[in-house]
Amino acid sequence: MNIDEAPLIVMDWLWKFPQLSDETLLAFKKSVDGSFRAFIRAYGDGIEAFFTPLNKTLVFFEGLITGTPWPIIVLAIGAFAWFASRRWSVVAAAVGTLLAIGFIGLWTDAMKTVSLVFAATIFSVGIGIPIGILMSRFSRFSAVVQTTLDVAQTMPPFVYLIPVVMLLGIGRVPGFIAVVIYAVPPIIRLTDLGIRLVDREVLEAADAYGCSRWQKLWKVQLPLSLPTIMAGVNQTIMMALAMVVIAAMIGVQGLGLNVLQAIANQYFTLGIFNGFAIVGIAIIFDRISQAYGRRLQKHRGEAHV
Amino acid sequence: MSEGESIEIRELFKIFGRSSAKYIDAIKDGLSKPELQRLHGQVLALNNISISMPAGKIQVIMGLSGSGKSTLIRHINRLVEPTSGSIVIDGLDILRMREQELRQFRRNRTAMVFQKFALLPHRTVIENVTFGLELRGIKWAKAREIGMSWIERVGLHGFHARYPHELSGGMQQRVGLARALSNDASILLMDEAYSALDPLIRTDMQTMLLELQSELKKTIVFITHDLDEALRLGDRIVILRDGSIVQQGDSQDIVLRPADDYIARFVKDVNRGRVIKVDAVMQPAPQKPDGSLPRIQSGATLETAAKALTNSTFDRAIITDRGSRPIGAITLRLITASLSSNPEVPLEAAPASVGAGA
Repeated sequence: MNIDEAPLIVMDWLWKFPQLSDETLLAFKKSVDGSFRAFIRAYGDGIEAFFTPLNKTLVFFEGLITGTPWPIIVLAIGAFAWFASRRWSVVAAAVGTLLAIGFIGLWTDAMKTVSLVFAATIFSVGIGIPIGILMSRFSRFSAVVQTTLDVAQTMPPFVYLIPVVMLLGIGRVPGFIAVVIYAVPPIIRLTDLGIRLVDREVLEAADAYGCSRWQKLWKVQLPLSLPTIMAGVNQTIMMALAMVVIAAMIGVQGLGLNVLQAIANQYFTLGIFNGFAIVGIAIIFDRISQAYGRRLQKHRGEAHV
Repeated sequence: MSEGESIEIRELFKIFGRSSAKYIDAIKDGLSKPELQRLHGQVLALNNISISMPAGKIQVIMGLSGSGKSTLIRHINRLVEPTSGSIVIDGLDILRMREQELRQFRRNRTAMVFQKFALLPHRTVIENVTFGLELRGIKWAKAREIGMSWIERVGLHGFHARYPHELSGGMQQRVGLARALSNDASILLMDEAYSALDPLIRTDMQTMLLELQSELKKTIVFITHDLDEALRLGDRIVILRDGSIVQQGDSQDIVLRPADDYIARFVKDVNRGRVIKVDAVMQPAPQKPDGSLPRIQSGATLETAAKALTNSTFDRAIITDRGSRPIGAITLRLITASLSSNPEVPLEAAPASVGAGA
């Protein structure tokens, strides 16, 4: 060995990170990708069949909303706003925004977006609240779910979309799954938080009067955490709306797809119109759900305690 | 109406901390509370508590914060599990109960009133009051009828449809009391129930409790840090300090014979005229009582006796029992001497000297 070369050889690891060899890495990636493809070939049809009912539900939902005459939809959302908020200002804002969206020619696209967001929200709330309740009861389960939610919230959506698209292709179902993964964390976290925040003395009173676990949950914990849970529902809706553009990349129709086209073709006005339509829908749902949450709070006179 | 049941607490220990059971023997062998905390990081909350609470009486447990009184009351309905010891209620060992049994026991035989009221903020007054009945599965119409009558009894007529936050503290605690009484449990646990209330409202609530108790005769366990409240309400009083019992007895025992300096310091500021009863200080009745002397019934306080004597022309009175038989005598001088809490003048000596002059 030459004397001049020796220090270089010795110090090599300092300048170049001691990584796995390129061949090993390549082999690893190939084998994982290969076995995933094999998995899809073997079970892909079964998995697709599993999701068929979901797809049918989504198609039905979309058909229902886009197929209903527009005045009925406007009336229905107006009535919904009234029952949730009991304030005419909220109703007027909701109806006004809807009419404006229709006026600029985006009615059908907006309804497609609304139908997806609505379905994703219902599904998220449906699985999120029970998970939140379980988390508040079992702290080990809570630790696992917390970590999962941290991953779900920070992982770029495209990454978890790769296997979903490989499995199910592009279309409504992968879009729906992507939206749910993105939108479900707030409702889970806030249900858990709401239940944990219930006054300790009130819980003690419930125990002292002989509540069973179910009675305590239904009569004390859930009613008292409802305002926090409603904040979670509100956040879930907002997250679902924020996802519609990304969902459009995997074949979900609606306002998001228009935004994508506007970006690709540099149609400034089309982008602005659709962007504002999304914002408008977001504001409608936000104000309605917040007003409902506030009405729940007023009932309890939170300010006095 | 369910009348009271007796509660027997025997050699109860409670240590807060992990695997606390193994330190019991060390405590029984004389390891002190600070040592236990320093050496093992365990907190001794209750140290060898034995109390027998008679049925149908008000048992007051008094102590300052940190004395373990709230922990003790929570053992009676097992909101806190003891580390060792036994609790027997009307012959039934409540520590043997399984979960289901315990729930039934809490629903039917105990009711609790809390310091910060612990009402359900999303329910109206009547819905709060009927909470216990609802848990027992009683039909709404029947529960409402019971609840409304108790709302009436605690003086909240017309407030049944309000929410707790719309009521003042005193009114909220009336709701708490009505909720407890609706349950018709034989044991009423009151954890510093009146400590959060203004003094005047507190006195009102004490009066109401005494009135209700004269009729209901429940076993009431009442926690307080206020000696005046303890002396006013308690048929029997236990004083706790650092998790141990310092003294047990009725109000006369506590005021006239404080067990140690700690209690003597408490008792110093008490209005003795309103607490001490003539029976505790009277002299023997004269052989042939003068028929013209004023008569005072047994059980009257010194204050009442002093007023009666001051309004008459005499300086002595005959104490009679309920059947108007003379059982003792009292003089104004004796009353005055008894009102002094100066330990240098032992009360036992006072009757003798006054008696010699009479």
